Amino acid sequence: MEFFRTHILTIVAFLPLAGAIALLFFPKEQKMRIRLCANVIAIVSFLVSVPLFFWFDYDNSATMQFTESASWIESLGVRYSVGIDGISLLLILLTTLLGAIAILSSWESIQDRVKEYYVFLLLLQTGMLGVFVTLDFFMFYVFWEVMLVPMYFLIGIWGGPRKLYAAIKFFLYTLVGSVLLLLGILALYFQYPGIAASVPQLAADFGLDRTFDIMAFQSMAPNLPFGIQYWVFLAFFVGFAIKVPMFPFHTWLPDAHVEAPTAGSVILAGVLLKMGTYGFVRFSLPMLPEASVYFTNHMIVLSIVAIIYGALVAMMQKDMKSLVAYSSVSHMGFVMLGMFALNPNGLNGSLLQQINHGISTGALFLIVGIIYDRRHTREIAEFGGLSSIMPKYAVIFAIMTMSSIGLPMLNGFIGEFTILAGALQENLWWAVAGASGIVLGAAYMLWLYQRTMFGKLDNPKNEGLKDLNAREMATLIPLVILAFWIGIYPAPFFKALDGPVNKIVEAVRPGYFDANPIEAAIEGPRNGGLNTFESIADSGAGDLGDANGTVAALATVAEETVRPAAPFDAGRVVAVLSEASGELNEAQE
Amino acid sequence: MGEFFQISDLTAIAPELALTVFGLALLVFDLIVPDKRKLGYFALLGLFVSALLLFRNSDLGIVSAYGGQIVADPFAAYFKLMFLAAAALTVGLSIRYFDIEGEQHGEFYALLLFAVMGMMFMAGGTDLVTLYIGLETMAIATYILVGFLRGSARSNEAAIKYFLLGAFSSGILLYGMSLLYGISGSTNLTAIADALTRRDIADPVSMIAMATVAAGLFFKIAAVPFHQWTPDAYEGAPSPVTAFMSVAVKAASFAMMVRVFMVAIYPLRDQWVPLLVAVAVMTITLGNLAALRQTNVKRLLAYSSISHAGFVLLGLIAGNDTGMTAVALYLFVYTFMNVGTWAIVVALRRKNVIGENIDEMNGLFFRHPVAAVMMLIFMLSLAGIPPTAGFVAKYYLFSAVIETGHITVAVIAALNIAIGLYYYMRVVVAMFITEPGEETGRLALSGGVVSVLAITILLTILIGLYPDPFIEMAREATATLAF
Repeated sequence: MEFFRTHILTIVAFLPLAGAIALLFFPKEQKMRIRLCANVIAIVSFLVSVPLFFWFDYDNSATMQFTESASWIESLGVRYSVGIDGISLLLILLTTLLGAIAILSSWESIQDRVKEYYVFLLLLQTGMLGVFVTLDFFMFYVFWEVMLVPMYFLIGIWGGPRKLYAAIKFFLYTLVGSVLLLLGILALYFQYPGIAASVPQLAADFGLDRTFDIMAFQSMAPNLPFGIQYWVFLAFFVGFAIKVPMFPFHTWLPDAHVEAPTAGSVILAGVLLKMGTYGFVRFSLPMLPEASVYFTNHMIVLSIVAIIYGALVAMMQKDMKSLVAYSSVSHMGFVMLGMFALNPNGLNGSLLQQINHGISTGALFLIVGIIYDRRHTREIAEFGGLSSIMPKYAVIFAIMTMSSIGLPMLNGFIGEFTILAGALQENLWWAVAGASGIVLGAAYMLWLYQRTMFGKLDNPKNEGLKDLNAREMATLIPLVILAFWIGIYPAPFFKALDGPVNKIVEAVRPGYFDANPIEAAIEGPRNGGLNTFESIADSGAGDLGDANGTVAALATVAEETVRPAAPFDAGRVVAVLSEASGELNEAQE
Repeated sequence: MGEFFQISDLTAIAPELALTVFGLALLVFDLIVPDKRKLGYFALLGLFVSALLLFRNSDLGIVSAYGGQIVADPFAAYFKLMFLAAAALTVGLSIRYFDIEGEQHGEFYALLLFAVMGMMFMAGGTDLVTLYIGLETMAIATYILVGFLRGSARSNEAAIKYFLLGAFSSGILLYGMSLLYGISGSTNLTAIADALTRRDIADPVSMIAMATVAAGLFFKIAAVPFHQWTPDAYEGAPSPVTAFMSVAVKAASFAMMVRVFMVAIYPLRDQWVPLLVAVAVMTITLGNLAALRQTNVKRLLAYSSISHAGFVLLGLIAGNDTGMTAVALYLFVYTFMNVGTWAIVVALRRKNVIGENIDEMNGLFFRHPVAAVMMLIFMLSLAGIPPTAGFVAKYYLFSAVIETGHITVAVIAALNIAIGLYYYMRVVVAMFITEPGEETGRLALSGGVVSVLAITILLTILIGLYPDPFIEMAREATATLAF
């Protein structure tokens, strides 16, 4: 047990790899046994990661915990070094959960080359977990790239009609970004010894030799010249922005998501995209604080464009899966908007929204995959009135639609609201633009729901469709529970995020909390700040079933939270938002 | 310096002597032994003996011999070991291959040993004359090896092309060397460097000497714009010979290039760095772009090897310790991953099947999953994806150019990794995703090919996961280079 506790991160990260190797020894004809074995491995992988949630010390959520460190490539200063803070904790749990769900969801839909399929999925799992647990930049890069290969095969072998194009496009886009990222990493690597030599504290903590220690890079940030930060930020930006993806680097995403098999899409949307945002939070912001502030406006503009553009394009889609794919572009724009508000609210919301997006978009891809398994089409026009013959399906689809829109009591609301609160603190128009994304999001999601679920069941091909079976329920129920959990009681999640978020804000904007004592009180760990969200969630509960409730709640809350000093006209926000909600009503009709 | 020849000088060139003796013996045995395969094993023995002598010499430290014409230093030993390994792997690939081609002749192995002997002088030479003689010994042996498929017009054509352009480039190189001699009155590399420092920086004669020497060497390493011969020669030559050329011949030319650039014309570094930058960028990019359109695996790999040569030039551009280590490490890694790739190509050549088109790899995974997975790993390694040896090698090069501040070159080279990946993945797609065509029989996996694959795959993965000892080796090899 003690061994398990001290090596838990290594075990969590490499268990899927061990499972993949074990699967290699099955003869490929024994499909049932392979499926069974893969599912067992995935569930065990999830279960061994659960103790992290309980053992994690939330009072010190900003410090790295469960750390392990060993020499790897001594001559380069590369170490095998792992550890997690509150941010990586949540992402790891999300990854292991979605991994298990993705594997379970493939039971029937994958009939060809079953063995390789599960081997690649498990390899992918190790790659992603490695990215989130590592504290060494070199090691991070290795995992970051390793994970491309299995994903390439998942899309390329089991994908749709344009799978080869989508697979290579995904691979090349990401690779272009990551090689530039590597150059950025190297630039920091060569900066370190010089800076360490002149800063005694740094030398005392991390030594004088070259190192890839992420903590060392974060600690040297205040002494890093702006000229270096500028270029490294750009290099990191390309690497991470392609992964997120931010506008205008998003064009690989619809192709990859649409062509990938269901499990691939779930992992892509649920976890892979988070690697990009994680990169920004873990590396760009704390390591390049000055440049991050310098580029804030650029980042915000790109985020807002992504929010609105993604939503508008999503609205035009005829294919359910492309619609969900483009909605990802919009939602990830939201995440980036919150992040580059560079204040506690924005970052907290951004990080929570990453988890939310994994839950709701993952679930939506599963939902689309389920209907595709039955009808082998995803054309929205082919469907209609499904709620009458697939009631369970309709209910879960409705919950996830609401979650994606950001309805109170569900997870999306908490995330989007916090992001908007953060954006509002910085600039009114950022929040307005973000809020318009919510309205558009409500429009395309509800419209999708209405077209497929409501109305008459007029397509004879749909008449015999079966409702969810037990296995499909098992893939969706955990996500539904999580959606409600975060929506109703997000406190544990914020508790994990508060520490690291405050640390990042302090790093990027030194003295922020001295200048904003009120906020420090609200955002301080374990206090009223969280309760505020809960009370809002409760107050919004009355408006359930009406998407406008979000907007209304938002407007009131905006009035409450904004600091009095900020130049802010609440009346104008209300006006703008209600106008937008009027548009929504039209769209719904 | 002392006397020109002392009996102790023979120990310094013992590995070369061993190869010569074994090569000559092979020629004699060729007349007596009817089963030519046995000659292959005898050649392996020769390479092994040479390696033993090499290890024995490495205890002696840096030995200068023949009045300063040859040096046995760690740098030379490192490269010599690489040549021996490449030659041994080539023998492993050849024995069965030439049976299938029906061209099993004893002199093949003798020529191989002579070529390696020439390369060793290229790595150990500290004098223009030694270097040049080594180069020609290697080149002449290789010309014949390229044309070894006597019945094949393609092979003959390749040999003629290679010979003509090779002779031409040797001429240019020799012209440059004569100018260097004219400047310094000596053929010794250090003496040339001394003479160059005493001259005006922008002296036109120095410039012409530098440019012609560089051009001659660019021919040998197949750098753009002197790369035209490569695809034809690589495609026409017997596959094991191509494997040998792409790793050993290239590595030897680089060893000579390091000696010339980092010692003899080092005083002109400010002048030759821009030249190398231009050539490296063109070589990497054009090599990759041309590879995109190839349908023949051998041609594809030929262009890929051009682009790899461009990458190695980055190390020379950096020109510091890291850069030199990167050159040595890259060539070492490239030797194994590339020979591994060629081993698969050799295995694809079966009775009645040429096995050179990408189409002929279709569905390889379904018939030979292990071979296909190995090829996948080699392709990823060539592309530079971790955790393979190729990544470590590329990483080291990038770290060298970033360290010395050549950012633009680094960015261009980095973007080329993505281009490279595209064509390597075409091979992967054929093997793993495309449905298999008609049944074409099993791969020609002889014992030799299997051993070569085992060694190369092992090293490709091992260096990727635990590169420390190999980095250390490369570092020690280049630490004593005089510059």
